[in-house]
Amino acid sequence: MPVMTYREALALTLREALQEDERVFIMGEDIGAYGGTYAVTRGFLAEFGERRIRDMPIAESIIVGSAVGAAMAGLRPVVELMTINFSLLAMDQIVNHAAKVRYMSGGQVKVPLVIRVPSGGGNLLGAQHSQSLEGWYAHVPGLKVVAPSTPADARGLLRAALRDDNTVLFVENALLYGTKGEVPEGKYEIPLGRADIKRAGSQVTLVSYSRLVLSCLEAAQRLAGEGIEVEVIDLRSLRPLDMDTVLASVKRTRRAVVAEETWKTGGFGGEVISLIYEGAFDHLDAPVGWVAGAEVPMPYARNLEKAALPTADDVIKAVKKLF
Amino acid sequence: MDKARLLEFLRQMLLIRRFEEKSAEMYARGKIGGFLHLYIGQEATGVGVIAALRPEDHIVTTYREHGHALARGLEPGAIMAELFGKATGVSHGKGGSMHLFDASKNFWGGYAIVAGGMPIAVGLALAAQYRGEARIVLNIFGDGAVNEGEFHEALNLASVWKLPVLFLCENNLYAMGTAIARVSAVPEVYRRAAAYDIPAQRVDGQDVEAVYEAAQAAVEQVRSGRGPYLLEAVTYRFRGHSMADAVLYRTREEEEQWKARDPIELLRRRLEKDGQLTGPELAALQAEAEQVVAAAVAFAEASPPPPPEALYEDVYA
Ligand SMILES: Cc1ncc(C[n+]2csc(CCOP(=O)(O)OP(=O)(O)O)c2C)c(N)n1
Ligand SMILES: [Mg+2]
Repeated sequence: MPVMTYREALALTLREALQEDERVFIMGEDIGAYGGTYAVTRGFLAEFGERRIRDMPIAESIIVGSAVGAAMAGLRPVVELMTINFSLLAMDQIVNHAAKVRYMSGGQVKVPLVIRVPSGGGNLLGAQHSQSLEGWYAHVPGLKVVAPSTPADARGLLRAALRDDNTVLFVENALLYGTKGEVPEGKYEIPLGRADIKRAGSQVTLVSYSRLVLSCLEAAQRLAGEGIEVEVIDLRSLRPLDMDTVLASVKRTRRAVVAEETWKTGGFGGEVISLIYEGAFDHLDAPVGWVAGAEVPMPYARNLEKAALPTADDVIKAVKKLF
Repeated sequence: MDKARLLEFLRQMLLIRRFEEKSAEMYARGKIGGFLHLYIGQEATGVGVIAALRPEDHIVTTYREHGHALARGLEPGAIMAELFGKATGVSHGKGGSMHLFDASKNFWGGYAIVAGGMPIAVGLALAAQYRGEARIVLNIFGDGAVNEGEFHEALNLASVWKLPVLFLCENNLYAMGTAIARVSAVPEVYRRAAAYDIPAQRVDGQDVEAVYEAAQAAVEQVRSGRGPYLLEAVTYRFRGHSMADAVLYRTREEEEQWKARDPIELLRRRLEKDGQLTGPELAALQAEAEQVVAAAVAFAEASPPPPPEALYEDVYA
């Protein structure tokens, strides 16, 4: 299998979609002449031209809203928002419009739209550039929210998102772009809404998504050295959410830890934990563990930012507490 | 203007007026719930502009859209059924008064977020341009929308990409109880278009002929590929903002002045003066409106509510 970066996996998949389907085009800030904030679309403008690769004004609401309109008319736009922090300026179009028109039109309208959003902290970017807000969007019926952790998943899930007839928020943790991994050959596609067991284990189920999955895998590796066998489940998709895989695992291991990068309060991890209690309470030998980010705006200073983000050590601590 | 066209305008305006009066009645009787925003007083604007469109052109509008839907030719019965929340409604009972959709008529929805439809209209125009289609998009919004960021984002993008959008501001002088002049640095909406290098014009929204002529010129400009146009129709809603409005923010004198410029009366007097409308002709049009609206109500009444399983349908495609 070829090895490539997360960024290359995304670029490959986007390029392929542009080649395969004339209805696909990309809109975003600095995706063309500049080459993309995270260089995912570097070279695309020269290759596909201005009709398909559209540099946009810094106006997030019209970026998303015009894509919604174009999608309603039968095109298949892809939007790149510079980061999920700026998606808040488009929240009206994402939540009040993209997620609603199908339902409130009685099924007359489709919005096949992929919104790619870099997310997460850890890059010394401070409070306004380091949030992981995907859980907010996962709250909304009518949206799909996907957050791959590996290059293979990035490719497979993006391909599925591009072929989906709904609005998909495609969350890319910004620290993942340079990570490498094997990616299956061919038109590799992963159905949306299926969690993935990234490591099998028998004693604890560790549930996470996006970049923190990598920390969980590291934790599992180290715990194995101490004789604790951890199963690591990568949700990959927050909505639809594959609780079947999670519950089946928890029923086997009888212990669970949920790990997320961002705040606990009102967040997605609490949702998963509630669903574990609802679906597997009688199978649990210990309360579900919960690893999350510090409840603070992201600080800039290197040491403080590090302290605000969960690590493999935090995961290990939480797992050990269950025994 | 030829008599047939003017009579058609009169027919549509009478239908809208009667439809809205009946809607208010049905609301009072508890048949219609939620918010109900009537178009009474503003009929000439929607009728005059929509008449200048072709069937393939798109419409994106607001929650005050019953008149637009009727002028576009959506089935009155299916509109009333939507207001009643019935399965036979244009949006299958899942949209309501504020969210009328009919894809077969390129009627892409009423939106209840002020200015929220504007980016979508721009996107529909983008799709038309992308595919080299000749159609244009009519985007209707109120004076309340023009201080939202989405208004400015929409005008800017439509202009910079020369997108085929006719922006129609129905300036009825109030956004709920807020007079536009109290909250707008530039209350003459059409003047704002200059900031985006968009041609614009203000028209008397009570005069259906004037509206139609202005709309024709605007549509021609937009269809020619030269980019968007902003038409501001100055009008007045004779009723409250919605059924819940006690109308405390304007004087009865002001209302009377505007009611003296009732768009239906203006057209009727003009036609009668020119000998183009006889008493029996007017009576026939009124009777037709009455009958269509009665049939719409009967249809809505007789229709079933959406089946329980519709609750979970169409969340996703
Ligand atoms: C974004 C947003 N803010 C506030 C409201 C509440 N609201 C509904 S209608 C309205 C007034 C809008 O007035 P205008 O645009 O002039 O339209 P009109 O009702 O006069 O037709 C307001 C404030 C809303 N629906 N959306
Ligand atoms: Mg108004």
